[in-house]
Amino acid sequence: MNYIASIGSYAIMVKEVFKKPTKWSVMKSLILKEIDELVYGSMGIIIFISIFIGGVVAIQTALNLTNPLIPKNLIGFATRQSVILEFAPTFTSIIMAGKVGSYITSSIGTMRVTEQIDALEVMGVNSLNYLVFPKIIAMLLYPFVVAIAMYVGIFGGWAAGVFGGHTSSADFIQGLQLDFIPFHVSYSFIKSLVFAIVIATVPSYHGYYMKGGALEVGKASTTSFVWTSVVIIILNFILTSLLLG
Amino acid sequence: MIEVENLHKSFGEAHVLKGISTSFEKGKTNLIIGQSGSGKTVFLKCLLGLFTPEEGKIAYEGQVYSELSLDEKRDLRQEMGMVFQGSALFDSMTVEGNVMFPLEMFTKQSRSEMQDRVDFVLKRVNLIDAHHKYPSEISGGMQKRVAIARAIVMNPKYLFCDEPNSGLDPKTAILIDNLIQEITKEYNITTVINSHDMNSVMEIGEKIIFLKDGFKEWEGSNKEIFKTDNAAVTNFVYSSELFKKVRQMYLEERN
Ligand SMILES: Nc1ncnc2c1ncn2[C@@H]1O[C@H](COP(=O)(O)OP(=O)(O)OP(=O)(O)O)[C@@H](O)[C@H]1O
Ligand SMILES: [Mg+2]
Repeated sequence: MNYIASIGSYAIMVKEVFKKPTKWSVMKSLILKEIDELVYGSMGIIIFISIFIGGVVAIQTALNLTNPLIPKNLIGFATRQSVILEFAPTFTSIIMAGKVGSYITSSIGTMRVTEQIDALEVMGVNSLNYLVFPKIIAMLLYPFVVAIAMYVGIFGGWAAGVFGGHTSSADFIQGLQLDFIPFHVSYSFIKSLVFAIVIATVPSYHGYYMKGGALEVGKASTTSFVWTSVVIIILNFILTSLLLG
Repeated sequence: MIEVENLHKSFGEAHVLKGISTSFEKGKTNLIIGQSGSGKTVFLKCLLGLFTPEEGKIAYEGQVYSELSLDEKRDLRQEMGMVFQGSALFDSMTVEGNVMFPLEMFTKQSRSEMQDRVDFVLKRVNLIDAHHKYPSEISGGMQKRVAIARAIVMNPKYLFCDEPNSGLDPKTAILIDNLIQEITKEYNITTVINSHDMNSVMEIGEKIIFLKDGFKEWEGSNKEIFKTDNAAVTNFVYSSELFKKVRQMYLEERN
């Protein structure tokens, strides 16, 4: 029952975000700041993780290929499929839920407990639009991050496969091109766009409606990470059933 | 003019405001006094619409607040300035950024016009060398003054101050009191101040409301507070020996 009420107030929050817009000259700089903070600021960790995940997928596939009848190009094929379909969009989003999500919850939550949100409201500012809208817009760039994660993930697989002596570069690249279905990339971008909205709004919800003091800000960040991840996992399942099933 | 009628506010079991009725006139400094925990902040936040009272009516120039649409409420709020008890400065912005914020949001002024206005109000609160510091880098008393500057920068029609001079030294406290009274007169503002400070009560309390146990125990001016024989008021206001003596002297002088 409680969950249903939360979903209801989440929906009301999202509706409120798009009302009474903040002056464009102010909003523009807020959006640029959020792009820097949420998108650009996450690039390093995403690239780092993607390279290694790609590498691990390639090595594990190679180590399981003991049967000489199975062609070596399967390594490239498996790396491509796992990175594009799951690791780049979903795994990266869970990382973002931790990194970006906890930042969003704690920054909005701190503003709540120190009455900065009340101060905004008293001035006549739509605080939800002011705080959450720029984050949603910034996160619309998230699919680009996922695209980069795909590239470097596959590159990581190639590097681990070739330099680890598991496959030749030619075999790997042939595997990458094997049975390529362009829609898989679209599917992945559709997913990441949906996850982007989740990562921008669910942590905002947890920060905005929190009560209490500094201790509760920490707790809210943790709860927000758990719920953002749960929502991503469930939506991943639903979208996969709808788009690929 | 703000009129309040039969205001009730509870949090769960705790009935904080139990039917408060009063009114605040234009161009007057209205003070709300009462013990810590008596509901002063809650009362002020009800006036601002940050808390929704369960019962009662609040009217701004005859417009009933609860009957306004959300947009109308926001328009009305643009005419309000509020100094929060904890200052509530935006910690991502400098002192200057905080004071300029309402101008940036709601006016079409040019950069230099805004800058002039910001310099002017910061000077009025006696802050001249903190423009580029962040709230975490200045003292609590300075934060209070920045909050006051931010509240008055738009020339509000209604000014609410929650303990504007707590945490300030006596000299700055008097300066702030005088400033608030001055701008109240100058721009004909309806000003409501929560205060503990007996000095403020005596100096600028043109109308004083004493809250006790959720009720309005007493209402009157700073002249009348000397003469009242309401025990609760005299116990609260003249709790210190010094003020007891002051009152005695005042009464003797008059007789
Ligand atoms: N958000 C809230 N939730 C629950 N109870 C609250 C809330 N805000 C205030 N209260 C309660 O309302 C009562 C009045 O609090 P309020 O902050 O108005 O006191 P105050 O008169 O401003 O005190 P002080 O002078 O110390 O600032 C207190 O008992 C407090 O516990
Ligand atoms: Mg208070």
